This record gives sequence, C-alpha cells and structure tokens, in this order.
Amino acid sequence: MSTETSANLNGGAAQKVEALDIAEYQDPRTIRRALLTARTVAVVGLSPNPLRASYFVGYYLQRHGYRIVPVNPKEQEILGEICYPSLGAIPFPVDVVDVFRRPEAVPAVAEEAVRIGAKTLWLQFDVISPEGAAIAKAGGLDVVMDRCMKVEHARYLGKMRWFGLNTGVISSKRE
Amino acid sequence: MLSENGATPESADETLRQFGFETRAIHAGHRPDPYTGASVAPLYQSSAFAFEDTESAAAYFNLQEYGNIYSRIMNPTVAAFEERVANLEGGVGAVAFASGMAAQVGAFFTMLAPGDHIVASRSIYGGTITQLKITFAKLSLDVTLVDPDDLDAWRAALRLNTKALFAETIGNPGGNILDIAAVAEIAHEHGAPLLVDNTFASPYLCRPIEWGADIVLHSATKYIDGHGTSIGGIVIDAGKFDWSNGRFATVAAPSAEYHGLEFHETFGLYGYLMKLRAETLRDLGAALSPFNAFLYLLGLETLPLRMERHVSNALGVARFLAKHPLVERVRYAGLPDSPYYERAQRYLPKGAGAVFAVDLKGGRAAGQRFIEALTLWTHLANVGDTKSLVIHPASTTHRQLSDEELPATGVTPGTVRLSVGLESLDDLIWDLEKGLHAVKAGLTTGAPTQADARDSMETKEVEAQA
Repeated sequence: MSTETSANLNGGAAQKVEALDIAEYQDPRTIRRALLTARTVAVVGLSPNPLRASYFVGYYLQRHGYRIVPVNPKEQEILGEICYPSLGAIPFPVDVVDVFRRPEAVPAVAEEAVRIGAKTLWLQFDVISPEGAAIAKAGGLDVVMDRCMKVEHARYLGKMRWFGLNTGVISSKRE
Repeated sequence: MLSENGATPESADETLRQFGFETRAIHAGHRPDPYTGASVAPLYQSSAFAFEDTESAAAYFNLQEYGNIYSRIMNPTVAAFEERVANLEGGVGAVAFASGMAAQVGAFFTMLAPGDHIVASRSIYGGTITQLKITFAKLSLDVTLVDPDDLDAWRAALRLNTKALFAETIGNPGGNILDIAAVAEIAHEHGAPLLVDNTFASPYLCRPIEWGADIVLHSATKYIDGHGTSIGGIVIDAGKFDWSNGRFATVAAPSAEYHGLEFHETFGLYGYLMKLRAETLRDLGAALSPFNAFLYLLGLETLPLRMERHVSNALGVARFLAKHPLVERVRYAGLPDSPYYERAQRYLPKGAGAVFAVDLKGGRAAGQRFIEALTLWTHLANVGDTKSLVIHPASTTHRQLSDEELPATGVTPGTVRLSVGLESLDDLIWDLEKGLHAVKAGLTTGAPTQADARDSMETKEVEAQA
C-alpha cells in the first residue's frame, strides 16, 4: 500500500514515494533558487506541437522572461528559437536543463548537462531517473525531479495562485 | 533545538518550517497583496477580469498561461479559500463549488464516464444517497451501497467498472467512524480512488489524506463556515492517485474541450484538479460566490478554537444524555461504550465531532414532544453551526418512511439528531432536560404532540369541507 504520507504540509504536496525518495529532489528551496536565478533554459525534447506539455512549458517560460533553447535534433526552429541537436552544441552558457525525455535517456543528458556547466537538471513530470539525478548531483548540479518548471513558476511566482493550489506559503509580509 | 525566544538562524527559513494547524488556518492562501497591503483576503466581488493584452487572453483560454478570466472558473477570493482548505487537509490543491452536493457532482463527474460504477457507504447523508442512486442513474452511473464497517462487503461490491469508492469520515446521522486506511487499501488494490466526505470532522479533527484518501470533500456550509451563513462545498485532491493507470481516460486522455490537450501529461499531479476546474466547474456552472468564500475564510481562522469547544460541549451533552433513563441510546463515538470508540481514538484523537444521534424512549411522539419543548436548541435542517441544532428525522427528513422502514437508514422513530453548538454547556443541558420532561409527561398522559394536534385539525377541516 503506497499510502504512507510524506505529507509536507508546508511544502504543499504529499509526494508519491516509491523505492526512491523523490522528495529529496522536490525541495522548495532548490525549486525557487532555480526559478529565481535562471536566465537560460535548455528544453531537451521540446516538441513543435503546441498541444504537447513541452511546448506549453517552453511557451510559458518564454513569456515569463526566460531564454528558451530548444534541444531537438529533428527540428530547425521552435518558439522562434534555433534548435540544437544536443546540449553540447549550444554555443553559450545554460542555467537549467529541462528534460522531456524517457527516463532511460536521462543519464546521458545528465552527463552532458554536467559537461556544459549547467546549474540545475530539471526532470519533468514522470521523468524519473535516480541514475541521472545521481550523475548530475555528483557533477555539482541542483536536481529537481517529477515536477513541472512551468507549474512551479506559476504557483510560486506566477498567477496560478488563483487556481487554488497549495503553495505552502505562510507569510504576513507584503508581497 | 529551537530557542524559546524564537527561530534560530538554522530554522529561520519559513519555506521549510512546518507551521502548525492554527497558524495555517489563519494565514494559508493569503498574504498582504502588493497594491493595498490588505491583511484580510479582499472580497473580489467581480464577475470578470480585464486581460492584459490579446495574447494573454488567448493563452488563458488555452491554459498555456494562468490568469483570472471569469468568476465561474476562478476568483481570487475563492482561490484564497481553496488554498487554505487544501493546506489544512494536506492536499495539493482544491476547487470550490456552490454547495457540498455540487462539489460531489463535480468530483465524480470529472473522473467517471457513463457505465461506470461507484461503491459507497450506506451510512451517509440521505441527500447523497438520493444523488448517487437516483440522479446519477440519469448519467448511467451505477451505485452499490454497502455497510461501511464490513470490509468484505466493500470488496464483494467491486466490479470491473468500479471507478470510485465513497464514504463519510463520520456517518450522518448514525455516527459510524470510517476505517479510512482499510477502505483506501481496498480502493487502491482495485486501481480506484477513495473519496471521503470529511464534513462532520473538519480538517481539525481528521485529515483523511493522511490515511490514504485520494479526494476529500466538504459541505463548507457546516464547520468551515461555522456560523450557518452560506452554502458552499469544496473538493481537495491529495495529488497521489495515478490517473494514468489505464482506467481513467476521463482524466488522462486528450481533452476534446482543449483541442486534445492531455491534462495528466501537462499538469502531472495537478491534472485532475485542472480538469475539475477548467472543464467540470466551467461547464456545470456551480461556482462558489466570492462573498461566501470571504465568510468561509473568516470562519476558518477560528476553526481550531471552535472545534475544540464543539467537541468538549458534545462530550458533555452526550454524557448527560447517556445517563438519562428516557434515553435508549446515544450514538456518539466519543463515549467509551460506543462500538466506534477505539476507531475514533485512532482517526479523531481530538474528538469524535459534535453531531450525533440520540434514540429516545417513546418513539415518534417522544421525538416530537422533545423538540417542541426546547427553547434554546434550534429546530432546523443543518449542522455545524455555533448555535446548537436539533432535528427529528422521523418527522422531517425521513417523514415519508414508516416505522418499519426507518431502521435500515439508521434512524428509529425516536431518534433525534443533535448538532452541539458553542453555547454554555449548562444552558444546553438545561434545555435538553426540559425536552426530556416533556417526553416523560407524554409517556404518562399520552397527550397529543403539537404536530398531532395540527394534523387532527387539518383532518377536521378536510372533513368539514367534504
């Protein structure tokens, strides 16, 4: 029965806890640090299809001031940005590597993320790779797993607060 | 180790602090806004909200960006209320509805498709039974009602098309306490979510998500409001159920309403909540009024204080009644001789709620005389108010049933349901004593009740006209 609750009431979400303790990679401090300090986000597996989750995220992050760098060997340009075939091909620094790939592809992406000096490896919903996370962590990167960069931005910093989500924010300080 | 004077440098980060229930009841969902600094969540009594520009408007409608559109879908005051309840219940988010009944429709409608089957406790609010059995049949949804204490009955009722299990934390009016963890396990083994109505407990007394429930519902009209002012309901999602398990195309399949958008893929653990809001609430239209949400936010600030007094008054009233010779039975799980006492200690350690049924000796007439003699307890069909409330199911909510039909519903002819309020305990008992004196007088003299007298007058009038 997977009903053990790791209910982090303050952090909001009760996490799915299987063999891996994903909560380690869902620390609100890490999430906020990435959201607040990043300028450039390489989106690995960004789809040109406007209905796919990756496109939603890319579109949203672009609207909120991040520079999106599509990484997709099959495309030339997505969301008005040049596509690169791999992280290694990007000729400028990248802050966050945001991954929309199958879990088995993640370790190789994590190795590349370490090589190019990214600061955060961000694995989207259901992209669960303890191995990839360990590689990135060993390389000095922050790691976020099974969370959506768009949703985290929207509920902490954006306007998803009007959607009744539990941010866990408790403060009487003026915003 | 925390300093007694406050936070140490290591514990000063508020994002990591596990704030207490009382703190969260006051602060969750709102912080002073950047424009006015208002410390109370303002009442945004506005039907619609101006868009920044045309691209934003389009993005809001596509759910690519999030912003206020129209108060049938979202409203900042309602959102503050939703977040506060989600926080108190330990969920990832919540969607408010115009009533508890509407919240139930919304919760089921979002996850079910025609032909699906629900297994529900039979010891629940009568209005819910009617909704599930009769109204949902119009949507081709089938329901099996089971004895909530019989785990084998829950299992036996499961079918291939069973997609949801439903029960109340504290059953209305029988006062049975649900074994949430056990029923949650049965649901999850079947790949179905457990929905728990937590209205009678409130999140202060029990948090079903901590015991494995997937969806929690409230009639916010009761303890969340707390003062009997406003009708409303809310659905809270634990964010733990796997809607992509192959059984819930309703949540996981591409949405026809959003050009094929896959809610589960796009919103992950928030997929169900986003569906619930952006499709179900939007299309069924049972939105909560911002004014009601404003009052609920005030109510929630004192929920812990009120619940403490509700349960201590309830225990006092229950103990008084249990000793009275004219009382057949007090069905309160806070009394040690209740069959639910042990379970209440486990699930509701702070108190077994403040709504319970009492069976009086003397049947239907005793119940009526009792209520007629009360002057402090209000005779009405609600619970969870600061004011103490009483109702006689056999002559009101269950009036159409015969004395022989009543027991199946957990009601006897002499059952009265009490909702113990926050008045002085001595006054509540004083009033109940008056009611019991009237029961005694009725048993001795056989004098007609007011209701009987009225019925017989009406009969005479009819006879005179005929």
